[in-house]
Amino acid sequence: MSRYFTDEHEWIDVEGGIATVGITDYAQEQLGDIVFVELPAEGASFEKGDDAAVVESVKAASDVYAPISGEVVESNSALEDEPALVNSDAEEDGWFFKLRIADESELEGLMNEAAYKKFVAAL
Amino acid sequence: MSGNDDVAHLEEELPLQHLPLDGWHRAKGARMVGFAGYHMPIQYDGIMAEHSWTREHAGLFDVSHMGQLTFSGEGVDAALEQLLPGDIRGLKPFRQRYSMLLDEEGGILDDLMVSRLGDGAFDGADIYMVVNGATKYDDMGWMIEHLPDEVVMNHMDEQALLALQGPEAGEALASLIPETADMIFMQSGLFTWRGVPLWISRSGYTGEDGFEISVPADDARLLADALCALPQVKPIGLGARDSLRLEAGLPLYGHDLTPAVSTIGADLGFAIGKRRREEGGFIGHARVMKELADGPGAKRVGLTIEGRLPAREGAPIYAGANRVGEVTSGGFAPTVGAPIAMGWVSLPHCAIGTALEIEVRGKRIAAVVAPMPFVPHRYRRKA
Repeated sequence: MSRYFTDEHEWIDVEGGIATVGITDYAQEQLGDIVFVELPAEGASFEKGDDAAVVESVKAASDVYAPISGEVVESNSALEDEPALVNSDAEEDGWFFKLRIADESELEGLMNEAAYKKFVAAL
Repeated sequence: MSGNDDVAHLEEELPLQHLPLDGWHRAKGARMVGFAGYHMPIQYDGIMAEHSWTREHAGLFDVSHMGQLTFSGEGVDAALEQLLPGDIRGLKPFRQRYSMLLDEEGGILDDLMVSRLGDGAFDGADIYMVVNGATKYDDMGWMIEHLPDEVVMNHMDEQALLALQGPEAGEALASLIPETADMIFMQSGLFTWRGVPLWISRSGYTGEDGFEISVPADDARLLADALCALPQVKPIGLGARDSLRLEAGLPLYGHDLTPAVSTIGADLGFAIGKRRREEGGFIGHARVMKELADGPGAKRVGLTIEGRLPAREGAPIYAGANRVGEVTSGGFAPTVGAPIAMGWVSLPHCAIGTALEIEVRGKRIAAVVAPMPFVPHRYRRKA
């Protein structure tokens, strides 16, 4: 399994043609207490960069983009009852949705963990 | 991911100024944002934790961005009564009142607190006023234009303003200044602490018991440190200040109140007593009387929201197919445990209990017009 990162503070785990997408720990820290997550429906199709989910913190709503193109195969229903999971475990149990990857080449140019850490440190 | 801090989008054309406690906030781990022309702390530990701490213990808020003004001179009461719809003549020393500035059409230019000074506070000035930070320079311009030459207005930009709010605020402050223990809601007084003069009022913007303390800017750090050394007190940011005031049903100027709306529709008629309604003599009186007689076209109301999706400022409100209003403040309410909102709704649809819908990102969510406050006020009304 490989993990990629975007400059929009999302992480992507890729395994067997399926991408699991979430927001990074840095992102949840910036957003603060998360009170609601609006997730895409199974079967929804996204182009890279489309609005795919919305995360609501106490203070504001933020869009989460589809980091790559694909079709949603699953959303994390645990977030409906416990949105704060994104705060407590952003990079594991707080995942948002899984995509069937449409075009593996879109993963090229995304950051690995070391590059993302460097990117965040420079912010 | 993209987003912006809801409370941080005002007045950002000018370079942001620094509060007297800027370094203190940063040392406490605050995240700073631009608000009302200043770098301000939006949160320290997190909005939810800070909100709950204030409801259970006591929170210290730096509201030094607000404008602190004094007025003095011959005929000051009569002059201020031309600008404010409130009863200034009947305002006794050491008492405070909520009031507002209205324009000629009765639109709200700002809401404010006004009190009569005593004991020689602030160089013996007569009246003390606290106005909103984002509007303070416009307010001063408006008042200078409308006040007679005999009345002197002084902007005390060398004073900081700290608010101590919460059910343990009384015991916390009394442990530093025992004489504050007897104060009741909307009472003020001049106190001396470690040689520092403090003008303190028992009031605030959270719905909780608490105080607002005007302190010379150079002594603000000493006071903030002494307060935060108490076991009841933690520093609280702007984010929780906003969620606390929303639960308390208190309007936020620039959002729930604007020059486009007036006092009666805003449900602030309590701030205009019988004498002032009858006698008039203040700017905006005609609109007040017209809305009292004919009713306002729309009212500021509270809204409870079904589900967990927050409805935020700008979201349209519907009754069936008809758009009947707009959310002016909204978000998740930590003490309520659900999203709540404040909005303006046209008259036939604003009765308590009316079922409405709010549109959020193309979806309709169910909302009901609810009485405010959402969380009961716990002011200390009797000694």
